[in-house]
Amino acid sequence: MNKVLKELKSSFLTALWILVLTFPIMIIKVNTIDATVRWRWANIPTVFFFTYIFSFIWRRLLFLREKKGKESLRLILIDSLLMGIAPILTIVAVSLINSKSPEYKVLSWILQAVVYTGVIILHSILIKDVKSEKTEEIQERKPKFDFRETLGKKTVKRPLLALLAVAVVAYPFVSGLYHVGIMTSALMFIILGLGLNIVIGYGGLLHLGYAAFYAVGAYNYGLLYMYWGVPFWGALPLGAVSGLICGLIIGIPVLRLRGDYLAIVTLAFGEIVRLLLENLAGFTKGPEGIAQIPRPGFIMKLNLQNASIYLYFIVFALMLLTIFVIKRIEDSRIGRSLEAMRDDEIAAQSMGIDLTKAKLITFALGAIWAGLVGVILAGKTTYINPGSFTLMESVMILVAVVLGGMGSVPGVILGALLVTLIPEYLRFLSDYRMLMFGVALVVMSIFRPQGIIPRVRKHYTVGRESA
Amino acid sequence: MKFFLQLVLAGLTKGSIYALIALGYTMVYGIIQLINFAHGEIYMIGAFTALIVSGLLQITTTLHPIAILFIALAAAVFFSAGYGVTMEKIAYKPLRNAPRLTALISAIGMSLLLQNYVRLAQTSDFLPFRSLIPNFSFLTPGVSVITTTQLVILVTTFAVMVILTFLIKFTRMGKAMRATAQDKIMAQLVGIDINKVITVTFAIGSATAAIGGVLIANHMGQINFYIGFLAGIKAFVAAVLGGIGSIPGAVLGSFVLGMTESFGAGYISSAYEDAFAFIILILILIFKPSGLVGRNEIEKV
Repeated sequence: MNKVLKELKSSFLTALWILVLTFPIMIIKVNTIDATVRWRWANIPTVFFFTYIFSFIWRRLLFLREKKGKESLRLILIDSLLMGIAPILTIVAVSLINSKSPEYKVLSWILQAVVYTGVIILHSILIKDVKSEKTEEIQERKPKFDFRETLGKKTVKRPLLALLAVAVVAYPFVSGLYHVGIMTSALMFIILGLGLNIVIGYGGLLHLGYAAFYAVGAYNYGLLYMYWGVPFWGALPLGAVSGLICGLIIGIPVLRLRGDYLAIVTLAFGEIVRLLLENLAGFTKGPEGIAQIPRPGFIMKLNLQNASIYLYFIVFALMLLTIFVIKRIEDSRIGRSLEAMRDDEIAAQSMGIDLTKAKLITFALGAIWAGLVGVILAGKTTYINPGSFTLMESVMILVAVVLGGMGSVPGVILGALLVTLIPEYLRFLSDYRMLMFGVALVVMSIFRPQGIIPRVRKHYTVGRESA
Repeated sequence: MKFFLQLVLAGLTKGSIYALIALGYTMVYGIIQLINFAHGEIYMIGAFTALIVSGLLQITTTLHPIAILFIALAAAVFFSAGYGVTMEKIAYKPLRNAPRLTALISAIGMSLLLQNYVRLAQTSDFLPFRSLIPNFSFLTPGVSVITTTQLVILVTTFAVMVILTFLIKFTRMGKAMRATAQDKIMAQLVGIDINKVITVTFAIGSATAAIGGVLIANHMGQINFYIGFLAGIKAFVAAVLGGIGSIPGAVLGSFVLGMTESFGAGYISSAYEDAFAFIILILILIFKPSGLVGRNEIEKV
């Protein structure tokens, strides 16, 4: 019983502390203009309840990180379920009461309190299993069903790929214009993620100014069109080139820097690019942006519907190209030298890897894709302004890479799809998007730093492999 | 001449605020070698807490503005220190032995989290902050050069620096902090509770940032949830400029940065005011990555 009491006490104290800490910001709202104060007392039970349950889950997760325990896993599942159900239950009940007669506000509060207390009591009864938990150290073991291996078999892989190809080709004709647009954005985001993945995943260099390259690509097309009328297909290769040049420009000053310094310098670089775009109003039209950039043309002029579908296929083809190129890089001499550099710079250097060259290559290879996607963005939205290339954009790409798995191509694809599609299709969450990304970054780096689909390292063996 | 003097004072004021924030960066870096990306948000939370508390007191009571200022300041310091310590426990403590990249990503996440927490719980608009610092009459002849708020900022920063130096040089805790910064394992061997030292470091760093937040809110007259980002980055630049990990370095770097920005904005172009900090950062890292007073670290294999 002692252990259970201890758990309860520490949950209670955590919840109490967080309640105190968040008190001014969560509860009080002051309007200094009209001199009014609003007390939002209803937030107290909510904050308390969520931190109470969540602190328990958090401790179990930390425990699981080091040891293996079935009970903890089960409790985490139950707690998560409780945390999900309780607010839905109360929201439904409260809205039912409110729709009947809005005066019964007190009743809805009582109801909420009852539900929350009920869940907390239920929770206290449930956690008694914790004390009897047998723990053992985590040991590597082969799962019964190896997902990767099954997917890797030719008989499974080929039909699946064929099915996917059919789905991809059919998608724009089956779904509406709106969905095609979203999917195109998601595909663009995948390319961006894969590009950043070269820098972070392979090179191990945290890059926080990636949106700058993206901006350079977009403005490359916008400006070329505005001044000389260069069409999309002319601007696309130039976008890659300008990205490359930019990558080299930023690469040179940061060659000597390591990890954390590098992150800040790249961030600074991204901000400088944005400030330049905003302030060189004579050249770039400043914050007002460049409008009426033409969509990519086929042989004749396309209507909006067809232009969107056309763009979808362009982006898709480009994504395939990206994956192909990245896979080739991964297996090449350059890829291996990047990997060595990420794992240990000094060791890599003493093995004869030219760090200067490797870092420059990393930045340049990463920047090319952003430049390309930038051109496509300008062609897709037909309007660009510096506001689209803020730090938040860079952070979102970073989230996609970290969430999916640094250095893993399928991981980054999944991450990019999650980051773009979830806020798009769950509109009611869109306000909480950045908050959730923040939580995701913290939780992922503590509990699963390798990402959802971790990278598989290549093993090289000399001679015949011994069983 | 008057313009020049005004620029000097504006630069000193800015430098003071940067110094108050940069202290937190540099102290935390000195002890756990982590760039606490969310440090700017702590400063923002300090300013917000002060706004809420002072607004509440102004509306509901008839206290003297100076009394309100002190209460708001105390609240800001308390809550910011609380947020700093809690943040360390949640997001950084489990990552003590993790690669630096992982801890840094966690810090970026924490920064996003705190920013959006304040945005959602309060508002995304700029909130006006009524200045609580009264005008001193003895300054009237010089008022066109220096404002009362500026004077208060300079004096407060100076006082904080003196107290902090005393704390680190002469107290037991300060000694423990210095020992931990030098060698964590050795410090543990001689009986220093590292967790306690880290907690205290975060608390002190956050408290000074909160003081900076309250002062700047008084000076600028408005705040929003995003002010922490730019201030945090600039304070970081200042810390790097002086040599990260070194406290006098951070102060020196802050004043150099404040002056550069002030003169750059005054004589070159105010549109690029923010860019100066970034350009300085890039230049210093290319030519002298160890900072103005820092020592070169040699990595041994």
